[in-house]
Amino acid sequence: MDVTTMKAMTAAECQPLLSIKGLKTHFETRAGIVKAVDGVDIELGRGEILGLVGESGSGKSITGFSILGLIDPPGRIADGSITYDGRDLVSMGEEDRRQLRGNDIAMIFQDPSMTLNPVLRIDTQMIETVQAHANVSTAEARQRARDALVQVGIPSPDERLKTYPYELSGGMRQRVAIAIALINSPKLIIADEPTTALDVSIQGQIIHEVKKLCRKTGTALIWITHDLAVVAGLADRIAVMYAGRIVETGKTADLIERPLHPYTKGLIDSVPSHSTRGRRLHQIKGITPSLLNLPQGCAFRERCEKATKECLVAPKPTLLAGRLVRCWNPAL
Amino acid sequence: MPVFIINRLLQAIGVILVMSVLVFVGLYLIGDPTSMLVSPEATEIERQALRKALGLDQSIWIQYLTFLGNAAHGDFGRSFLTGQPALQLIVERMPATVELVVVAMTFALVVGVPLGILAGLRPKAPSSKAIMTGSILGFSLPNFWIGLMLIMLFAVYLGVLPASARGETVNIGGVALSIFTLDGWQHLALPALTLGMAKAALIIRVTRAATREVLPMDYIKFARAKGLRPSRILKVHLLKNILIPIVTVAGLEFGQAIAFAVVTESVFSWPGMGKLLIDSIITLDRPVVVAYLIMMVFFLVILNLVIDILYIAIDPSAGEKVRD
Ligand SMILES: Nc1ncnc2c1ncn2[C@@H]1O[C@H](COP(=O)(O)OP(=O)(O)OP(=O)(O)O)[C@@H](O)[C@H]1O
Ligand SMILES: [Mg+2]
Repeated sequence: MDVTTMKAMTAAECQPLLSIKGLKTHFETRAGIVKAVDGVDIELGRGEILGLVGESGSGKSITGFSILGLIDPPGRIADGSITYDGRDLVSMGEEDRRQLRGNDIAMIFQDPSMTLNPVLRIDTQMIETVQAHANVSTAEARQRARDALVQVGIPSPDERLKTYPYELSGGMRQRVAIAIALINSPKLIIADEPTTALDVSIQGQIIHEVKKLCRKTGTALIWITHDLAVVAGLADRIAVMYAGRIVETGKTADLIERPLHPYTKGLIDSVPSHSTRGRRLHQIKGITPSLLNLPQGCAFRERCEKATKECLVAPKPTLLAGRLVRCWNPAL
Repeated sequence: MPVFIINRLLQAIGVILVMSVLVFVGLYLIGDPTSMLVSPEATEIERQALRKALGLDQSIWIQYLTFLGNAAHGDFGRSFLTGQPALQLIVERMPATVELVVVAMTFALVVGVPLGILAGLRPKAPSSKAIMTGSILGFSLPNFWIGLMLIMLFAVYLGVLPASARGETVNIGGVALSIFTLDGWQHLALPALTLGMAKAALIIRVTRAATREVLPMDYIKFARAKGLRPSRILKVHLLKNILIPIVTVAGLEFGQAIAFAVVTESVFSWPGMGKLLIDSIITLDRPVVVAYLIMMVFFLVILNLVIDILYIAIDPSAGEKVRD
C-alpha cells in the first residue's frame, strides 16, 4: 500500500459518517407549506450515539426519513445536503439509495405492532432483508436471521422464526424489528422512538441492549425521542430540536448539566428526578406553534421567558462553550 | 376450526328450511301451474285429474311436508313440464354455467387486480382516472345492454363471433365442456366478456381501495427502509394484504354469478342454470324452482365456508379471531 492511499484512507476515517447541512424538508399542503424540517445540521462520527430530542411535531421523524430518502409527496427535500460516507444522499439515484437502505443505514420504527407485515412470517421478513442486499442462498440468509435473533436476546430463535407477528408480544416484536435492522451489520441505525410503545421495564432492557450492541459492533446510532431522560444515559451527544430546527447540540453531560438554550432548560426541568421529588414539575408554558404560521424570528420566542426584541430575527447557530446554540440570550 | 364448520352447516340447514317455505308459499300464491300445462280448451275434469296427478289437490301444508319428506331422501320431485327429476335437470345445466362464470371471473381478476393496483398506486395520474371512469361505466351500465352492444359489434357488424348457444363441447368424465374446442371458446367469448367486464369493474374498485389503505401502513414503509426492491414490496407485501378483501369480494361475486347468471344467459341463450331458472319461473314449474333455490343456498353456504378458510390461509391472525 503506497503512501497516498494510506493518506486517503485516514482522511476517510476522519471524515464524519453522516453530515447533514441545512436540510429543509417541506410538505406542500393545501393549507400552505409545512416546514417540518427547516435548516437542520447534524454531524455524526463512526460509532457515535446521538440523541435527537424534541416535542411531538418538531420534525424528528421527518429528519430520520429524509436521511433514508423515504419522504413521500407532498413532501420533498427542498434544500440542503445529506452526506453519508462521502456520498451525497439527496442527489443519489433511487436504486443506489435502495442499496444503502437496510444495508448501510437501517431504521427502527416507533410502533412494533405496525412495523412487521401481519401476513408474513418472521423468517420471510428477515430473509428478504438479507437477500435484498446480498446474493446468498435462503439457507444462509436463514442462518443470519437466526443469529440476529440470538443477538437481540430472543429465546428459541428457530421457533420464533416460524411465527407470525400476531403471535409475539410487543416487546418481542420490537426485538425482531431491531434484529432486522442489525441483520446486515449497518454502519448507522436510526431508531425512531422504538421504546415509546413498550412497558417501562422492557424499555430499559431494550435501550441497554441496543447500546451494548452498537458499542460492540461500532455502529453509529441516532436515537429519536421526546424524552430527554431516555437518552441521558444512552447518547454521547444530544441534539435538541424545536419546530424543525436544532436549537442546541452538545455532549450529553455538558448539555444536561448546563443547558444553554431556554428550551433545553425547560425540557430538563420537566424531567422528574430525585431533587424534584415532591415538588411540582416545571412545565414549558404555551403550546407548540403551528408549523404553518411560525412566529417571525426565533420559533420559541413566544414561549420563552428570556425573549427580547432581538428574538424577532432568527438566531444563527453559534459555537458557545463547545456547543452549537441557536439563541440570542443563552444561559451562561 | 371443525366447530366453526359444523356451525356453518347447521346455519345452512336453517336457512334452507326458511327459504323452502318462502319459495313454496310464494309460488303457491303466484298461480296455478296447471293453467300453463293444459290447453285452454281442456275441460274442468281434465284439469282436476292433472292437479291430482301432480299432488296439487292437497292443502299447501300437506304438499310442503310431502316435499320435505322426499327431499330428505334426495328426491326433489319431477318437473311439471318434462317429467324429468328436477335435480337431474339442474345438474345437467350446471357445467355450462360454471364454465361461463369461471372464465368470466378469471378474466375479471386478471384484468381487475393489476388495474386496481395501478390506480391505487398513483391515484392522481391520468391513467388512473381513466381506469376509474372505465370501472364506473362497467358496473353502472346494465349487463344486458353491454351484452347487446357486444353482439352488435362482434356478431352483427364484424361477424367474427357467434351470438348465442354453447358451441362444440368435449365430454370429460361425463361433463360437457366447451373450453377445449376453438368453437367452444368462440361461443364462450361474448357471454364471458359481458359477465367478466361487470365483475372486473368491481374488482378494480375493491383492489384500488385496498391498495390505498395498505400503502400508508408502517409495514410498507418499513419494507422500504429494509431496502427491498419495489417489485418485491408490490408483489409480496402489498399484494398479500390486499388479497384479503379481493378474495372476499371475488368469492361472493362468483357465488352470485353462479346462482343468478340469469341476465347474461338469457341474452346469449346460454344453456345454463340461470336460463333454466328463469324458464321454470315463467312456466311456474315449482319443483325445479324450489330444488334450484335450495341447491343454490347450499352452494352459497359452502362457498362462504371456502372463502373463510382461504381468508385464514392468507391471514393467520384472522383464524385466531374466528376461533375465539
Ligand atoms: N404527509 C405530511 N403532510 C403534511 N405535514 C406533515 C406530513 N408528515 C409530517 N408532517 C408534519 O411534519 C411535522 C413533523 O412531523 P414529525 O413526524 O417529524 O414529528 P416528530 O418530531 O417525529 O413528532 P412525534 O414525536 O409525534 O413523532 C408535523 O408537524 C407534521 O404535521
Ligand atoms: Mg415521530
